[in-house]
Amino acid sequence: MNFDLTEEQQMLNDSLRRFVTNEYGFEKRGQIIGSGAGIDRAIWANFAEMGLLGFTFPEDYDGLGGNAIDTMVVMENFGRGLVVEPYLATVVLAGGLIRDAGNDAQKADILPGIASGERLLALAHYEPGARYHLSHVQTIAHKDGDHFLISGQKTAVLHGGQANQLIVSARTSGAVNDESGLSLFLVDRRAKGVKVDEFATHDGHRTAEVNFSNVRVSADNLIGTIDDAYPVIEKAVDLGIAALCSEAVGAMEAMNAGTLEYIKTRKQFGVPIGKFQVLQHRMADMFIQTEQARTMAILAASEADSDDRASRREAISMAKTLVGQAARYVGQEGVQLHGGMGVTDEMFTAHLFKRLTLINLMFGDADHHLAQVSDALLAITA
Amino acid sequence: MDLNYTPEQEAFRAEVRQFLDDNLPDDIRERVQKRLRPDKAMTERWQKILFDKAWGASTWPKEFGGNGWDPIQQIIFEEECALAGTPRQLDFGLRMVAPVIMTFGNDEQKQRFLPGILSGEDWWCQGYSEPGAGSDLASLRTSAKREGDHYIVNGQKTWTTLGQHADWIFCLVRTSTEGKPQQGISFLLIDMNTPGIEVRPIIMLDGEHEINEVYFDNVQVPAENLVGEENKGWTYAKFLLGHERTGLANVGQWKAIMKRLKEVARQEQDGQRPLIENTRFRDRLAQLDMELRALELTVLRVLTDKRGPGPQASILKIRGTEIGQQLFEMLMEAGGQDAIAHIPAALELDYNGPRVGSFDTTPAAGDYFNMRKLSIFGGSNEIQRNIIAQLVLGL
Repeated sequence: MNFDLTEEQQMLNDSLRRFVTNEYGFEKRGQIIGSGAGIDRAIWANFAEMGLLGFTFPEDYDGLGGNAIDTMVVMENFGRGLVVEPYLATVVLAGGLIRDAGNDAQKADILPGIASGERLLALAHYEPGARYHLSHVQTIAHKDGDHFLISGQKTAVLHGGQANQLIVSARTSGAVNDESGLSLFLVDRRAKGVKVDEFATHDGHRTAEVNFSNVRVSADNLIGTIDDAYPVIEKAVDLGIAALCSEAVGAMEAMNAGTLEYIKTRKQFGVPIGKFQVLQHRMADMFIQTEQARTMAILAASEADSDDRASRREAISMAKTLVGQAARYVGQEGVQLHGGMGVTDEMFTAHLFKRLTLINLMFGDADHHLAQVSDALLAITA
Repeated sequence: MDLNYTPEQEAFRAEVRQFLDDNLPDDIRERVQKRLRPDKAMTERWQKILFDKAWGASTWPKEFGGNGWDPIQQIIFEEECALAGTPRQLDFGLRMVAPVIMTFGNDEQKQRFLPGILSGEDWWCQGYSEPGAGSDLASLRTSAKREGDHYIVNGQKTWTTLGQHADWIFCLVRTSTEGKPQQGISFLLIDMNTPGIEVRPIIMLDGEHEINEVYFDNVQVPAENLVGEENKGWTYAKFLLGHERTGLANVGQWKAIMKRLKEVARQEQDGQRPLIENTRFRDRLAQLDMELRALELTVLRVLTDKRGPGPQASILKIRGTEIGQQLFEMLMEAGGQDAIAHIPAALELDYNGPRVGSFDTTPAAGDYFNMRKLSIFGGSNEIQRNIIAQLVLGL
C-alpha cells in the first residue's frame, strides 16, 4: 500500500507543472480557443517531443510503456491549466482502444502516428437518445462482400472535427440495447458519406455530431472481434473517465488556489474577505471536497487498466460520482466566493467552473454512476 | 503507487483474524454486535486478553511495551477487531494521555503510568472542557495553585466521558493568569480517589449515563504529577488533539457498521420486497458506501504520507464523524416505525422480554441520538474547519 509517485512520474509532474505555468497561460489559451483550428499544433508537437502522446503505448510502437497512473499525472496538470488539446480524445480514448484491441497491423499503422503528433483520432460511440448507456447503439454496419456499409448518427464525438480518423461503433447483430452484437470500425473522416458538424463546447474544447450514410469500409478496418466490441468500448470509456477525474482534480486545485488568493486580497468592510468565518468554512469545505476527489481519482487510475471488470467498474463509477459531485461543489463555490468577478469571462475562475461542470456531464454524470454503484448492491448476496 | 496490501500485510491480517477467532469471548462478541449497553468489565477483560498476547497498544512503540506496529498494521488490526465485534479499547489512556506522557513526561512518570494503561488496570478519563470553556478551550478556569509539594486544584470539568469508572483524570488546569490564555495552562494527572473530587452524572438524550461533570474542591495533587513544564500544557494539549483526530476517522468501525447496514437492508421488509430494493434507500446507501471508501483511502493516504498527518487530520475528523452519523441514521431509518420504541432493559444481554422489530432495530434510534456527539466532541467540526482555514489555507 503506497500512494507515492515514482521518481519518473515526479519528474513528469514537475515538468508539466512548469509547462502549464510558463507556456499555457490564460492569454495563450484564449488565443488557441479563439483560433479556427481550436488547438495549437506547435504545442501538440511539443507534447510529442516530451513523449506524452505515446506515454501509455508499448515501446514497440514508439511508446513509453506507461500506465493509467502516468495518464493521471498528465491530466491533473492539464486540468490545472485547462489545456484544450485533444489528449483525452486521441491519446487516452482512441489510442487506448487501439492499444488494447487493435491487431498488430492496426497498432503499427496508428500508434506511432499518434505518438509523433501527426495523427488525430476520435471515438464516435454515443448516439442521440442513448444518454449514458453504452449499449444503446442503432448505427448499423451491413456486411457487403469483404466490406461493411455503415449508417447512423453519432453524438458527442469529442474533437471529431479535427480527427483524421474516427473509431465508430456499429451494430453488426442484435437489438438496440444488447451488449452483444457491437463492432468497431476505423473510418477516415473524409470518407464518402461521413458528414461532420463541428461545435465549440462551453469550456473551449470541440465536439462533433457525425452522420454516417452508407460509408464503405474494408474488413481490415474492423477493430477487434466482430459482435464483441462492448467490453472494448467499456474499457476505453473507463480509461477516459479515470483521465477526466484527474483532470477535474487539477482544475479543482487551480480553483482553490485562485479563490484563496482572491479572498486573501479582496477587501470589504475594511478587511480581506477571507477574514470572515462564513467564507473560511466554505473554503475549508472546498479543500475537503478536493482532497476526497483526489483520493478517488487515484483509485480510478489504479483500477483503470485492470481486466477485472466488476472491480474496475465499481472503482470508476465511485470515482466519477464523487468527483462529479465535488466538481459541482468546488466550481459553484469558487464562483460564489469571487462575487461579481466570478461570473466574468476575464477570470480564469469562470473557465475552470465551466470545465468542471462539463466534466460531470461527460461519460455519465454523478447520478448515472451513483445508480451503477447502487444497482451493484442488489447483485451482492448477503 | 499501489493500492493493494502487500502479501506481508495480508498475512498479518490473517494472523489477527485467527487470534480474534480464538480469543474473543462469545458473550463479548454478542454484546458488541447487538450494540448492547457497554460495560466496564467487558472493556477491561478484552484489554487484559490483548495485553496477555502483547497486543495491548497497537499505536505504541515497542520500548513502552507497545506492539510496535506501523500505521497500516494498526489500521488492519482496528478493521479486523471491528468486524469481529471486539469492544473499543479505551482511547483516553492508550491514545490520548499515553502519547503525551511518552513525549513530554519524565522517566518516573513513564514507569509509573504507562504499565497500568497498557494492562487496563487504570481507567483514564479526560479533563478538558469546562462549562465556560468548550470550543474556546483556552479560556478554561479550573485553577491549580502551587503550595509546597502540591497543587491545590479548584474548579469544574464537564462532558467527562466514562469518568464514572475512572481511576485517573488528565486535566488542563490554569497555573497562571498572565499573558495570553494559552500561556497559563498546565497538564496535570489527578487520582480520582483524591478527597475533594465529586463526579456527577449527565444523562444523555438516549437516556444513558456516559458523560459526567467532575468537581474539584481544594483537591491536593502531588507536584510530581505535572507533565512537562508548568504553563506549557497548551502545547501538549494540541499535540494530543492531533492524535485524537486521526483516530476519530474510525474507519474500521464504520466499515463494520456499513456491512451490517447492508445486511439489515436485505432483512428488513418494505411491503412485499426487501428494503434494499427500494431505490431511494439504496441510492443513499450507495452514496454513503462511496464516501466511506473515499474516507478509508484518504486515511491511508494521510497515514502513509512521509510528511506526517499535520492539520490535514482535521479532514478525517470531519468526514469520519459525518459518515458515522449518517450510518447510524440509516440504521435507524432501516427499522422504520419499529425504531420508535425505547426499551432500555433490552440493551442488556440477558433480556428476554418483548421487543419491537429486530435486534438491530432495538438500539438504532438511541445510537442515532447518541452519535450526534461525534461532530461536537474532539473539537467540533466547525472548529476543525477553523483549523483547516488557519493552518492549511493560511486565512
